[in-house]
Amino acid sequence: MRKIKIIVEKCNGCEECLSSCLFSAIKIENKRVRILDNCNLCGACIDACPFQAIVLEQEEIRVDLSSYRGVWIFVEQRKGEIMPVTYELLGMGRTLANDLGEELSGVLLGSHMRGKAEELLNYDLEKIYLIEDPLLESYRTHLYTQVIVDLVNHKKPEIILMGATSLGRDLAPRVATRLQTGLTADCTGLEIDKKERNLIQTRPALGGNIMARIISPYHRPQMATVRPKVMKRARPGHSKKAEIIEIEPKVSQDNEAVKIISLIREEKEAVDLQGAEIIVSGGRGLGKPENFSLMRKLADLLGGAVGASRAVVDAGWIQPYHQVGQTGKTVQPKLYIACGISGAIQHQVGMRTSEVIVAINKDPEAPIFNIATYGIVEDLHKFLPVLIEKLEERGKS
Amino acid sequence: MNIIVCIKQVPDTEQLQKVKVDPQTNTLVREGVPGIINPFDENAIEEALRLKEKKGGKVNVLSMGPSQAAESLRKALAMGVDEAVLLSDRLFAGSDTLATSYTLAMAIKRIGPFDLILLGKQAIDGDTAQVGPGLAEWLNLPQITYARKIEVNEDKIRVERVLEDVFEVVESPLPVVVTVTKDINEPRYPSLRGLIRAKKEKIPTWTAEDLPLDKRRIGLEGSPTQVVKVFIPKPPRKGDILSGEISQVVDKLILEMEKRSII
Repeated sequence: MRKIKIIVEKCNGCEECLSSCLFSAIKIENKRVRILDNCNLCGACIDACPFQAIVLEQEEIRVDLSSYRGVWIFVEQRKGEIMPVTYELLGMGRTLANDLGEELSGVLLGSHMRGKAEELLNYDLEKIYLIEDPLLESYRTHLYTQVIVDLVNHKKPEIILMGATSLGRDLAPRVATRLQTGLTADCTGLEIDKKERNLIQTRPALGGNIMARIISPYHRPQMATVRPKVMKRARPGHSKKAEIIEIEPKVSQDNEAVKIISLIREEKEAVDLQGAEIIVSGGRGLGKPENFSLMRKLADLLGGAVGASRAVVDAGWIQPYHQVGQTGKTVQPKLYIACGISGAIQHQVGMRTSEVIVAINKDPEAPIFNIATYGIVEDLHKFLPVLIEKLEERGKS
Repeated sequence: MNIIVCIKQVPDTEQLQKVKVDPQTNTLVREGVPGIINPFDENAIEEALRLKEKKGGKVNVLSMGPSQAAESLRKALAMGVDEAVLLSDRLFAGSDTLATSYTLAMAIKRIGPFDLILLGKQAIDGDTAQVGPGLAEWLNLPQITYARKIEVNEDKIRVERVLEDVFEVVESPLPVVVTVTKDINEPRYPSLRGLIRAKKEKIPTWTAEDLPLDKRRIGLEGSPTQVVKVFIPKPPRKGDILSGEISQVVDKLILEMEKRSII
């Protein structure tokens, strides 16, 4: 059991710790500091105390974790194609494995995936576990969970990374719960504490207002889902040949399970916002719903997708799956063009890690300008037609 | 059909926006920030109420949290759910998603037979999206995440799931755990009658003593993950304002994009 302890002799009731607490979990009573029940042991107050009067007490728990070795990444495939996040996991996984002095392995489930597994041999990893069965062709929670849990129990990796995609975030918590181990969602930073061999996982919380560092010191494997488009992609062209190890899965048809009936693809505009390299997003400043045609035109010219603020989605100007932000999608394109979007924190949370942000807004005080790489204080109805025209000319030449 | 909705009280980020980060201590003051029902959980409540209106039955709502979370349960009652239970105990404090889903699962077993469990796809404070699938695992039930449409026919449920580039239609027997997106519906406002009823209603609080819990699986002890540090991210970059004649600004912008090999 861990707890924050106040060394009464050292505390003079100076109240420095009060403002350091993100959770308002410190109270001063009769000049004595009291830690309330909602303390989450983040330790911010320990650093804040000028008198070293606050300490974190913890019992040493000794568990033998040494039988767990190596780093695994989940190779995500859909319709037989390997998803881009896989290469990002390969890059990150390599660094972690090197820091631990261990092997990096990929785990690939599917049907007729031998060819794709062989393509992965071009990357810097030691093993590929290939698990094939017609039932594994498309992702299904219960079958994938069962196969991965069996393999983990057999091979005992110390770290498992999956992409924080809709698939990864459906699968990882199911696997972690069955394994009774720790899982950290949507990580944007991963590193190894070489002394303790712990995986230090960094992730945003509270809509990006705070960052948290998380470890699972007494459980293995340590599991994390990793936010797509944050980690650097691994490069192919490796001569070292990994070994493909085929594993026979124990799966059977289960009539009580979730069945996939069909897939619905809506018109082209339902494009994968999260996969787009360029996003042109519109907000209230567009004036009326018809003006989204400007967004589409610009997006088409740039080969990008159309995004939207919550305000215009709520107003019914455009379908909800275009919404970027806290209650919409989180995107990290190379270029994000915000047109007539003021940029409330809820919107920023969904797009502020874009590589380049261009903001066009009449209002020079709009918060979007605080995070824009290039800000343009201008009426978008005057600006965009010129931009579109010049891009069209450029396309012709 | 009996539906159980699990909700979480979260800080209202609309309010959080107004909270200044103290440049001296580099911290964020949350004092006075009101709690609201996690927005996606409101969609879950709304969906439960709509299914009940069509199929009959009962809607229970469950929340784990400090005593203030009763306010969110009261709002759910005002929206029209039949019963609410608060899980609150200092022993639950510090629960990660594994301990939370375990505790919720044990409480759900006490509530009794159900056909459907609904939750929001994730909470906007932690953003983990892990409690729904975790709960399904503890209850040994199938799970369907990211629902934008739910239809119930006899003992089967048909759900449209929102994936990155496509909508997937799946079918499952009941009971099942489903997490919903905001596309699924528009949550209703509480009626005046609902508000009056919710005000009078007594919300039972269940503590660790009220459930047959394995104490090693709850609170901090039952949580494999530990938060070792919380910090405020670097303030956002402040970029350049491009100004001048529109056509010059456009040229400048295109040039910058070319330099960065974006276009």
